[in-house]
Amino acid sequence: MNLTLKVWRQKDARSQGRLETYQAANVLADMSFLEMLDVVNEELIAKGGEPIAFDSDCREGICGTCSMMINGIAHGGLRGTTVCQLHMRHFHDGDTIVIEPWRARAFPVIKDLVTDRGAFDRIIQAGGFVSVNTGGTPDANALPVGKTEADRAMDAAACIGCGACVAACKNASAMLFVSAKVSHLASLPQGRAERERRVLNMVRVMDESGFGNCTVTGSCEAVCPKEISLDFIAQMNREYGQAILKNSGPRQSKGGD
Amino acid sequence: MNHAPRNLFCSSVGKKYLMAGTGAAMVLFVIGHMAGNLQMFLGPEAINRYGHFLQSNVELLWPVRLSLLAIISVHIWSAAKLTQENRAARPSAYEQWQPTAASYASRTMLMSGIIVGIFIVYHLLHYTVMVKAVNFAGTDFHSLTDPEHRHDIYRMVVIGFQQPLVSLFYIVGVGLLCLHLSHGMSAMFQSLGWKNRACGPCLDRAARWGAVVIFLGYVSIPISILLRLIQ
Repeated sequence: MNLTLKVWRQKDARSQGRLETYQAANVLADMSFLEMLDVVNEELIAKGGEPIAFDSDCREGICGTCSMMINGIAHGGLRGTTVCQLHMRHFHDGDTIVIEPWRARAFPVIKDLVTDRGAFDRIIQAGGFVSVNTGGTPDANALPVGKTEADRAMDAAACIGCGACVAACKNASAMLFVSAKVSHLASLPQGRAERERRVLNMVRVMDESGFGNCTVTGSCEAVCPKEISLDFIAQMNREYGQAILKNSGPRQSKGGD
Repeated sequence: MNHAPRNLFCSSVGKKYLMAGTGAAMVLFVIGHMAGNLQMFLGPEAINRYGHFLQSNVELLWPVRLSLLAIISVHIWSAAKLTQENRAARPSAYEQWQPTAASYASRTMLMSGIIVGIFIVYHLLHYTVMVKAVNFAGTDFHSLTDPEHRHDIYRMVVIGFQQPLVSLFYIVGVGLLCLHLSHGMSAMFQSLGWKNRACGPCLDRAARWGAVVIFLGYVSIPISILLRLIQ
C-alpha cells in the first residue's frame, strides 16, 4: 500500500518544529509501524536526507520506549498496543497519517519524535522503590502475599512507563503512571514500610515536574498499552490522604533519609 | 525528615480534594433546593410557608448563605489554579488531536462551570435580590404578598417563568449544571479515593441518572408554568 505521512520534524530542543510530508510507497501489511518508518528512513538516507528520529528498543511491546501520537491518538489507537506492535494492516492504501511526538512541558522534544521522559525517572527516584537491608537472600515464602494482592500489584506493575497517559491526557497529567507505581508497591508487604513517604514524595516530584492535574476523563486508561486501570488513581488519592493524616505536622527524625 | 507537603492544598491531589469536597456540598444543596422548589406543585400555601420559614430564621439563613459563598469561592479558586496548571502543562498543542474515551461532560467542565456561575448570579438577582430590571415582567417582586402577609413566592415564580426567554435561560443553565454534575458527581468519588472497580461503573451510572433526575426536577417548574399547568 502507499501512504502519505505528515511527520513532526524538529532539529533540536530549541528549534521550531513543523509537519513535513513524506510518501511511504510499497508498504506491506505485515510491517509494524516502526518497520514502515525504518523503510521511509532508508529511502531518506539514500537520498541524502536526515532520517526521522524516533525512540524504539525492544520492538515487542514490553519496554515502553516507542512513543508517538498517530492521527492524534497515543500509540495509534489499537487498544492495549504500543506503536511497535501496531501493524500496517490496520491502515488502508492511500491513508494520510499524522505522526507527532508526545507533547507536555515535562516531556520536552529532543529531536523529531524523541522526547525526554526523564521526569518519570525522577518520580521513580523519589519513591518508586523498596529499601532492602543487606544480608542473606530471604526465603521465597517468608513473606506471604495473598493471591488478590499479588494480582492487583501485578496489574499495576504492568506499567512500562511509556508516557502515553501523559500524552493522551488533555491536561498532560501523569496521575496514571504515578498511581500505578504507588499502588504496585503499596499492595505488597515489601512496600508497606515506606508507603506514606512514597506517595507524598512521588506526588511532590510529579507536581514539581510540571505535569497537569487529573480531570478523570479516562483518556489515559483508554490509550495505555498495558491497560492500567483508573482504579489505581483512586487508590493513590486514598493513599495520599492517609499519608497526610499519618504524617501531619513537622517532626524531626534522627536518621537522614 | 517530614515528607508531608508544606501546604496540602498546593499539591495537585490536595486541590482535587477541595474540588470534590466543595462539589459534594453543593450537590447536597442542589438536591435540597430542588426538593424545596417542587413544592410549587403543592400550591401557594406550601411554597409560601416554606419560603417564610427559611426567610424568618435569620440565624440559620445567613450562616448557610455565607457557607455556600465560601464553598463556591473555594471551588472556583481551585478550579482556576488547576486550569492554570493544566494549561501550563502542555505549552504547545498537538497538530492533530482526538479525545479518546473522554466524555463530552468531562472535557467541558470548565466551560459548563463558568456558564453555570453566570446563570447563578442572574438567578440570585432574579429571585433572591429581586432586581426589577432583570425579571423582564415589569412587576416588582418585592410587592407580592399573599393574604397572610407573607412574601408570595408562588406568584413571583409564576410571573417570573411566564417570560419565555427567562425560562429558556433557566432551562439552559440547569441543563449545563446537570451536564457538569453528570461527570462531577462520580469524579468526586475518584478524587477522594472512594472509587474502585466494584463500585465505579455503578457510581458512573448513578451520576448520569442523578443528573437527569435533577434536570427534570428543576425544569418541570418553568415548563409547567409555560404550559399553564401552574397558574
